[in-house]
Amino acid sequence: MSAEYNYVLNLADNTLILGQRLSEWCGVGPFLEEDLALTNTALDIIGQAKMLLEFAAELKDSDDSADDLAFMRDQHEFKNVILVEQPNGDYSQTLLRQYFMDVYHLHLYTALSNSKNEQLAGIAAKSLKEVNYHLERSDLWIKRMAHGTEESFNRLQASLDKLWHYHHELFEESDELTELVEQGIAADPKQLKELWESEVNGLLSSTPLKIPQTGWKATGGRVGNHSEYLGLMLCEMQFLQRAYPNCEW
Amino acid sequence: MKNKVKQILTQVTDPEIPVLSLDDLGVIRNIEVNDNEIIVTITPTYSGCPAMEVMEQDIIDVLKKEGRRVGLPTKVTVITQLSPAWTTDWITEKGKKALFEYGIMPPSKKGEIICPQCKSKNVELLSQFGSTACKALYKCKECLEPFDYFKCH
Repeated sequence: MSAEYNYVLNLADNTLILGQRLSEWCGVGPFLEEDLALTNTALDIIGQAKMLLEFAAELKDSDDSADDLAFMRDQHEFKNVILVEQPNGDYSQTLLRQYFMDVYHLHLYTALSNSKNEQLAGIAAKSLKEVNYHLERSDLWIKRMAHGTEESFNRLQASLDKLWHYHHELFEESDELTELVEQGIAADPKQLKELWESEVNGLLSSTPLKIPQTGWKATGGRVGNHSEYLGLMLCEMQFLQRAYPNCEW
Repeated sequence: MKNKVKQILTQVTDPEIPVLSLDDLGVIRNIEVNDNEIIVTITPTYSGCPAMEVMEQDIIDVLKKEGRRVGLPTKVTVITQLSPAWTTDWITEKGKKALFEYGIMPPSKKGEIICPQCKSKNVELLSQFGSTACKALYKCKECLEPFDYFKCH
Protein backbone atom coordinates (compact mmCIF):
# COMPACT_ATOMS: atom_id res chain seq x y z
CA MET A 1 0.00 0.00 0.00
CA SER A 2 1.17 3.52 -0.71
CA ALA A 3 2.33 5.89 2.01
CA GLU A 4 -0.51 8.23 1.08
CA TYR A 5 -3.08 5.49 1.58
CA ASN A 6 -1.69 4.61 5.01
CA TYR A 7 -1.74 8.25 6.02
CA VAL A 8 -5.31 8.90 4.92
CA LEU A 9 -6.46 5.63 6.48
CA ASN A 10 -4.99 6.64 9.85
CA LEU A 11 -6.90 9.94 9.72
CA ALA A 12 -10.06 8.18 8.55
CA ASP A 13 -9.91 5.53 11.28
CA ASN A 14 -9.33 8.14 14.00
CA THR A 15 -12.56 9.87 12.99
CA LEU A 16 -14.58 6.71 12.35
CA ILE A 17 -13.78 5.13 15.71
CA LEU A 18 -14.19 8.39 17.62
CA GLY A 19 -17.53 9.04 15.90
CA GLN A 20 -18.75 5.54 16.69
CA ARG A 21 -17.73 5.89 20.35
CA LEU A 22 -19.45 9.25 20.67
CA SER A 23 -22.63 7.96 19.09
CA GLU A 24 -22.92 5.49 21.99
CA TRP A 25 -24.15 8.47 24.03
CA CYS A 26 -27.16 8.86 21.74
CA GLY A 27 -30.28 8.64 23.88
CA VAL A 28 -28.40 8.31 27.19
CA GLY A 29 -26.74 11.75 27.48
CA PRO A 30 -26.88 13.39 30.92
CA PHE A 31 -29.54 15.82 29.71
CA LEU A 32 -31.30 16.56 26.45
CA GLU A 33 -29.14 19.43 25.19
CA GLU A 34 -25.95 17.47 25.80
CA ASP A 35 -27.40 14.40 24.17
CA LEU A 36 -28.16 16.47 21.06
CA ALA A 37 -24.77 18.16 21.10
CA LEU A 38 -22.79 14.93 21.38
CA THR A 39 -24.88 13.17 18.77
CA ASN A 40 -24.47 16.09 16.36
CA THR A 41 -20.74 16.14 16.99
CA ALA A 42 -20.64 12.39 16.30
CA LEU A 43 -22.53 13.00 13.06
CA ASP A 44 -20.03 15.61 11.89
CA ILE A 45 -17.13 13.33 12.74
CA ILE A 46 -18.66 10.32 10.99
CA GLY A 47 -19.22 12.62 7.99
CA GLN A 48 -15.52 13.43 8.02
CA ALA A 49 -14.74 9.72 8.29
CA LYS A 50 -16.91 9.10 5.22
CA MET A 51 -15.03 11.68 3.15
CA LEU A 52 -11.66 10.32 4.29
CA LEU A 53 -12.62 6.68 3.76
CA GLU A 54 -13.92 7.45 0.28
CA PHE A 55 -10.60 9.06 -0.51
CA ALA A 56 -8.70 6.11 1.01
CA ALA A 57 -10.76 3.71 -1.12
CA GLU A 58 -9.74 5.69 -4.21
CA LEU A 59 -6.08 5.47 -3.24
CA LYS A 60 -6.25 1.74 -2.61
CA ASP A 61 -5.41 -0.60 -5.43
CA SER A 62 -8.59 -2.66 -5.18
CA ASP A 63 -12.35 -2.52 -5.59
CA ASP A 64 -12.93 -1.90 -1.89
CA SER A 65 -15.47 0.84 -1.21
CA ALA A 66 -15.53 3.19 1.77
CA ASP A 67 -18.13 0.89 3.34
CA ASP A 68 -15.89 -2.16 2.83
CA LEU A 69 -13.10 -0.34 4.61
CA ALA A 70 -15.37 0.57 7.52
CA PHE A 71 -17.24 -2.69 7.94
CA MET A 72 -15.14 -5.51 6.51
CA ARG A 73 -11.70 -4.90 7.99
CA ASP A 74 -10.52 -6.69 11.11
CA GLN A 75 -9.10 -5.15 14.24
CA HIS A 76 -5.43 -5.38 13.22
CA GLU A 77 -6.18 -3.58 9.95
CA PHE A 78 -7.47 -0.47 11.74
CA LYS A 79 -4.86 2.29 12.03
CA ASN A 80 -6.49 4.61 14.55
CA VAL A 81 -4.71 5.78 17.68
CA ILE A 82 -5.63 3.88 20.84
CA LEU A 83 -7.02 7.04 22.48
CA VAL A 84 -10.16 7.13 20.33
CA GLU A 85 -11.17 3.52 21.03
CA GLN A 86 -11.07 4.00 24.81
CA PRO A 87 -14.47 3.52 26.44
CA ASN A 88 -16.56 6.62 27.06
CA GLY A 89 -16.27 6.28 30.85
CA ASP A 90 -18.04 9.06 32.70
CA TYR A 91 -18.85 12.39 31.09
CA SER A 92 -15.53 13.96 32.05
CA GLN A 93 -13.66 11.13 30.32
CA THR A 94 -15.69 11.46 27.11
CA LEU A 95 -15.23 15.22 27.02
CA LEU A 96 -11.53 15.16 27.87
CA ARG A 97 -10.90 12.69 25.03
CA GLN A 98 -13.02 14.93 22.82
CA TYR A 99 -11.04 18.01 23.88
CA PHE A 100 -7.73 16.26 23.10
CA MET A 101 -9.01 15.22 19.67
CA ASP A 102 -10.63 18.59 18.91
CA VAL A 103 -7.37 20.45 19.55
CA TYR A 104 -5.51 17.88 17.46
CA HIS A 105 -8.00 18.06 14.59
CA LEU A 106 -8.02 21.86 14.65
CA HIS A 107 -4.27 22.04 14.04
CA LEU A 108 -4.19 19.02 11.75
CA TYR A 109 -6.91 20.34 9.43
CA THR A 110 -5.47 23.86 9.51
CA ALA A 111 -2.16 22.45 8.25
CA LEU A 112 -3.79 20.09 5.76
CA SER A 113 -5.89 22.90 4.25
CA ASN A 114 -2.63 23.82 2.52
CA SER A 115 -1.70 20.28 1.52
CA LYS A 116 -0.34 19.82 -1.99
CA ASN A 117 -2.89 17.05 -2.34
CA GLU A 118 -5.98 19.00 -3.39
CA GLN A 119 -8.48 16.40 -2.32
CA LEU A 120 -7.01 16.19 1.17
CA ALA A 121 -6.92 20.00 1.34
CA GLY A 122 -10.62 20.12 0.38
CA ILE A 123 -11.63 17.60 3.05
CA ALA A 124 -9.54 19.44 5.64
CA ALA A 125 -11.00 22.86 4.84
CA LYS A 126 -14.50 21.46 5.05
CA SER A 127 -13.87 19.63 8.35
CA LEU A 128 -12.07 22.58 9.92
CA LYS A 129 -15.27 24.63 10.09
CA GLU A 130 -16.98 21.87 12.04
CA VAL A 131 -14.05 21.25 14.38
CA ASN A 132 -13.88 24.91 15.39
CA TYR A 133 -17.38 24.62 16.75
CA HIS A 134 -16.67 21.30 18.50
CA LEU A 135 -13.63 22.75 20.21
CA GLU A 136 -15.53 25.79 21.45
CA ARG A 137 -17.78 23.40 23.32
CA SER A 138 -15.27 20.86 24.67
CA ASP A 139 -12.90 23.64 25.78
CA LEU A 140 -15.73 25.25 27.75
CA TRP A 141 -16.68 21.94 29.36
CA ILE A 142 -13.13 21.23 30.55
CA LYS A 143 -12.97 24.67 32.18
CA ARG A 144 -16.40 24.23 33.68
CA MET A 145 -15.59 20.84 35.18
CA ALA A 146 -12.12 21.87 36.36
CA HIS A 147 -13.48 24.94 38.17
CA GLY A 148 -16.75 23.30 39.15
CA THR A 149 -17.48 21.25 42.24
CA GLU A 150 -15.09 18.97 44.10
CA GLU A 151 -16.86 16.05 42.47
CA SER A 152 -16.46 17.36 38.91
CA PHE A 153 -12.83 18.28 39.57
CA ASN A 154 -11.97 14.87 41.01
CA ARG A 155 -13.62 13.07 38.15
CA LEU A 156 -11.83 15.18 35.56
CA GLN A 157 -8.49 14.65 37.31
CA ALA A 158 -9.08 10.89 37.28
CA SER A 159 -9.85 11.05 33.54
CA LEU A 160 -6.71 13.07 32.94
CA ASP A 161 -4.66 10.48 34.86
CA LYS A 162 -6.18 7.80 32.67
CA LEU A 163 -6.06 9.44 29.22
CA TRP A 164 -2.98 11.64 29.26
CA HIS A 165 -0.59 8.87 28.20
CA TYR A 166 -2.55 8.18 25.05
CA HIS A 167 -2.06 11.54 23.36
CA HIS A 168 1.60 10.96 22.43
CA GLU A 169 0.56 8.52 19.76
CA LEU A 170 -1.09 11.31 17.76
CA PHE A 171 2.36 12.74 17.05
CA GLU A 172 4.37 9.61 16.33
CA GLU A 173 6.83 9.90 13.49
CA SER A 174 7.91 7.42 10.84
CA ASP A 175 10.11 7.47 7.75
CA GLU A 176 7.04 7.12 5.58
CA LEU A 177 5.36 10.09 7.23
CA THR A 178 8.49 12.26 7.07
CA GLU A 179 8.59 11.70 3.33
CA LEU A 180 4.96 12.81 2.94
CA VAL A 181 5.66 15.90 5.04
CA GLU A 182 8.63 16.74 2.82
CA GLN A 183 6.42 16.39 -0.25
CA GLY A 184 3.99 18.91 1.26
CA ILE A 185 1.18 16.35 1.51
CA ALA A 186 1.00 15.49 5.23
CA ALA A 187 1.03 17.71 8.33
CA ASP A 188 4.32 17.78 10.26
CA PRO A 189 3.84 15.79 13.51
CA LYS A 190 6.56 17.83 15.28
CA GLN A 191 4.72 21.06 14.61
CA LEU A 192 1.38 19.54 15.53
CA LYS A 193 2.81 18.31 18.82
CA GLU A 194 4.15 21.76 19.65
CA LEU A 195 0.85 23.45 18.86
CA TRP A 196 -1.18 20.82 20.71
CA GLU A 197 0.97 20.90 23.83
CA SER A 198 1.07 24.66 24.02
CA GLU A 199 -2.72 24.88 23.75
CA VAL A 200 -3.59 21.96 26.05
CA ASN A 201 -0.92 22.76 28.65
CA GLY A 202 -2.10 26.37 28.54
CA LEU A 203 -5.63 25.40 29.44
CA LEU A 204 -4.66 22.77 32.03
CA SER A 205 -2.21 25.08 33.80
CA SER A 206 -4.97 27.68 34.20
CA THR A 207 -6.81 25.14 36.36
CA PRO A 208 -5.77 23.21 39.49
CA LEU A 209 -5.51 20.01 37.40
CA LYS A 210 -2.21 18.12 37.53
CA ILE A 211 -0.69 16.40 34.52
CA PRO A 212 0.41 12.87 35.55
CA GLN A 213 4.15 12.25 35.31
CA THR A 214 4.61 8.52 34.91
CA GLY A 215 6.36 8.69 31.57
CA TRP A 216 4.36 5.81 30.10
CA LYS A 217 3.23 6.29 26.51
CA ALA A 218 0.64 4.31 24.61
CA THR A 219 1.75 3.11 21.19
CA GLY A 220 0.83 0.58 18.53
CA GLY A 221 -2.54 1.70 17.15
CA ARG A 222 -1.07 3.15 13.98
CA VAL A 223 0.40 -0.22 13.06
CA GLY A 224 -2.69 -2.19 14.06
CA ASN A 225 -1.87 -3.22 17.63
CA HIS A 226 -4.92 -2.16 19.58
CA SER A 227 -6.35 -2.33 23.08
CA GLU A 228 -8.96 -4.96 23.89
CA TYR A 229 -11.72 -2.35 23.46
CA LEU A 230 -11.51 -1.99 19.69
CA GLY A 231 -12.46 -5.59 18.91
CA LEU A 232 -15.53 -5.40 21.12
CA MET A 233 -16.60 -2.18 19.48
CA LEU A 234 -16.15 -3.61 15.98
CA CYS A 235 -18.34 -6.59 16.92
CA GLU A 236 -21.20 -4.19 17.35
CA MET A 237 -20.35 -1.73 14.59
CA GLN A 238 -19.77 -4.40 11.94
CA PHE A 239 -22.40 -6.91 12.99
CA LEU A 240 -24.91 -6.19 10.23
CA GLN A 241 -22.44 -6.32 7.34
CA ARG A 242 -20.82 -9.47 8.72
CA ALA A 243 -24.12 -11.26 9.24
CA TYR A 244 -25.71 -10.03 6.01
CA PRO A 245 -22.88 -9.13 3.61
CA ASN A 246 -23.71 -6.31 1.15
CA CYS A 247 -26.99 -5.60 2.87
CA GLU A 248 -28.21 -2.04 2.24
CA TRP A 249 -30.82 0.19 3.86
CA MET B 1 -31.00 24.50 -21.42
CA LYS B 2 -29.21 25.44 -18.21
CA ASN B 3 -31.99 27.85 -17.32
CA LYS B 4 -34.56 25.11 -17.80
CA VAL B 5 -32.63 22.92 -15.36
CA LYS B 6 -32.31 25.81 -12.93
CA GLN B 7 -36.03 26.47 -13.18
CA ILE B 8 -36.90 22.84 -12.43
CA LEU B 9 -34.46 22.72 -9.53
CA THR B 10 -36.34 25.51 -7.73
CA GLN B 11 -38.81 22.75 -6.82
CA VAL B 12 -36.20 20.87 -4.79
CA THR B 13 -36.08 21.98 -1.18
CA ASP B 14 -34.05 21.07 1.88
CA PRO B 15 -35.91 18.09 3.38
CA GLU B 16 -35.40 19.46 6.90
CA ILE B 17 -36.32 23.05 5.98
CA PRO B 18 -38.97 22.85 3.26
CA VAL B 19 -39.15 26.64 2.75
CA LEU B 20 -35.58 26.72 1.50
CA SER B 21 -34.83 25.71 -2.10
CA LEU B 22 -31.41 24.26 -2.93
CA ASP B 23 -30.72 27.43 -4.88
CA ASP B 24 -31.49 29.59 -1.84
CA LEU B 25 -29.39 27.32 0.33
CA GLY B 26 -26.47 27.98 -2.02
CA VAL B 27 -25.45 24.36 -2.55
CA ILE B 28 -25.69 24.26 -6.35
CA ARG B 29 -22.24 24.98 -7.70
CA ASN B 30 -22.61 24.19 -11.38
CA ILE B 31 -25.05 22.94 -13.99
CA GLU B 32 -23.88 21.38 -17.22
CA VAL B 33 -26.07 20.08 -20.01
CA ASN B 34 -24.76 18.17 -23.00
CA ASP B 35 -26.47 16.05 -25.67
CA ASN B 36 -27.30 13.13 -23.44
CA GLU B 37 -26.62 14.11 -19.85
CA ILE B 38 -27.34 16.70 -17.18
CA ILE B 39 -24.55 17.11 -14.63
CA VAL B 40 -25.35 18.99 -11.45
CA THR B 41 -22.50 19.80 -9.08
CA ILE B 42 -23.44 20.42 -5.47
CA THR B 43 -21.46 21.13 -2.33
CA PRO B 44 -22.34 19.57 1.04
CA THR B 45 -23.43 21.85 3.87
CA TYR B 46 -22.18 19.71 6.76
CA SER B 47 -20.07 16.63 6.03
CA GLY B 48 -22.33 14.30 8.02
CA CYS B 49 -25.64 15.90 7.08
CA PRO B 50 -28.09 13.11 6.17
CA ALA B 51 -30.20 15.61 4.19
CA MET B 52 -27.52 15.73 1.49
CA GLU B 53 -28.30 12.24 0.24
CA VAL B 54 -32.00 13.04 0.09
CA MET B 55 -31.26 16.24 -1.87
CA GLU B 56 -29.13 14.30 -4.35
CA GLN B 57 -31.91 11.81 -4.96
CA ASP B 58 -34.52 14.60 -5.21
CA ILE B 59 -32.44 16.39 -7.87
CA ILE B 60 -32.22 13.21 -9.93
CA ASP B 61 -35.92 12.39 -9.51
CA VAL B 62 -37.27 15.82 -10.39
CA LEU B 63 -34.97 16.31 -13.40
CA LYS B 64 -35.85 12.89 -14.79
CA LYS B 65 -39.55 13.52 -14.33
CA GLU B 66 -39.85 17.16 -15.38
CA GLY B 67 -36.90 17.32 -17.77
CA ARG B 68 -38.48 14.91 -20.23
CA ARG B 69 -41.36 17.36 -20.88
CA VAL B 70 -39.06 20.21 -21.88
CA GLY B 71 -36.67 18.10 -23.96
CA LEU B 72 -33.82 17.68 -21.50
CA PRO B 73 -31.64 14.54 -21.48
CA THR B 74 -32.92 11.84 -19.11
CA LYS B 75 -29.54 10.86 -17.77
CA VAL B 76 -28.80 12.84 -14.62
CA THR B 77 -25.56 12.77 -12.62
CA VAL B 78 -24.94 14.58 -9.35
CA ILE B 79 -21.36 15.34 -8.44
CA THR B 80 -20.32 16.38 -4.94
CA GLN B 81 -17.63 19.00 -4.74
CA LEU B 82 -15.98 19.75 -1.38
CA SER B 83 -13.85 22.71 -2.30
CA PRO B 84 -14.43 25.61 -1.81
CA ALA B 85 -16.26 24.63 1.37
CA TRP B 86 -19.87 25.71 1.70
CA THR B 87 -20.55 28.74 3.83
CA THR B 88 -23.78 30.22 5.16
CA ASP B 89 -22.82 33.39 3.25
CA TRP B 90 -24.12 31.57 0.18
CA ILE B 91 -27.68 31.47 1.52
CA THR B 92 -29.53 34.06 -0.57
CA GLU B 93 -31.35 37.07 0.90
CA LYS B 94 -34.60 35.50 -0.28
CA GLY B 95 -33.61 32.32 1.55
CA LYS B 96 -32.79 34.20 4.75
CA LYS B 97 -36.14 35.94 4.65
CA ALA B 98 -37.93 32.62 4.11
CA LEU B 99 -36.09 31.13 7.09
CA PHE B 100 -37.09 34.00 9.38
CA GLU B 101 -40.73 33.81 8.33
CA TYR B 102 -40.64 30.05 8.90
CA GLY B 103 -39.48 30.62 12.48
CA ILE B 104 -35.74 30.00 12.12
CA MET B 105 -33.38 32.90 12.78
CA PRO B 106 -31.02 33.04 9.76
CA PRO B 107 -27.21 33.23 10.24
CA SER B 108 -26.08 36.64 11.46
CA LYS B 109 -22.42 37.56 11.16
CA LYS B 110 -22.86 40.41 13.62
CA GLY B 111 -24.38 37.95 16.07
CA GLU B 112 -27.63 39.93 16.21
CA ILE B 113 -30.09 37.24 17.05
CA ILE B 114 -33.75 38.20 17.04
CA CYS B 115 -36.74 36.10 18.07
CA PRO B 116 -38.62 35.19 14.87
CA GLN B 117 -41.90 35.12 16.82
CA CYS B 118 -41.99 38.50 18.60
CA LYS B 119 -38.87 40.15 17.08
CA SER B 120 -37.31 40.77 20.50
CA LYS B 121 -33.52 40.96 20.87
CA ASN B 122 -33.75 39.74 24.45
CA VAL B 123 -32.78 36.10 23.77
CA GLU B 124 -30.53 33.46 25.31
CA LEU B 125 -28.65 30.42 24.04
CA LEU B 126 -30.10 27.15 25.33
CA SER B 127 -27.90 24.71 23.47
CA GLN B 128 -25.09 25.03 20.91
CA PHE B 129 -26.77 22.28 18.94
CA GLY B 130 -30.41 22.11 17.93
CA SER B 131 -32.58 19.74 15.97
CA THR B 132 -29.98 19.44 13.17
CA ALA B 133 -26.20 19.97 12.97
CA CYS B 134 -26.64 23.38 11.30
CA LYS B 135 -28.76 24.91 14.06
CA ALA B 136 -28.44 26.05 17.67
CA LEU B 137 -31.32 26.32 20.12
CA TYR B 138 -32.33 29.69 21.59
CA LYS B 139 -35.05 30.97 23.87
CA CYS B 140 -36.76 34.33 23.71
CA LYS B 141 -36.92 35.95 27.13
CA GLU B 142 -39.83 38.18 26.11
CA CYS B 143 -42.33 35.75 24.61
CA LEU B 144 -40.61 32.68 26.18
CA GLU B 145 -40.77 30.74 22.91
CA PRO B 146 -37.80 28.55 22.00
CA PHE B 147 -36.50 28.90 18.45
CA ASP B 148 -33.80 27.57 16.14
CA TYR B 149 -30.87 29.68 15.00
CA PHE B 150 -29.14 28.73 11.74
CA LYS B 151 -25.47 28.95 12.78
CA CYS B 152 -22.85 30.90 10.85
CA HIS B 153 -20.68 28.33 9.13
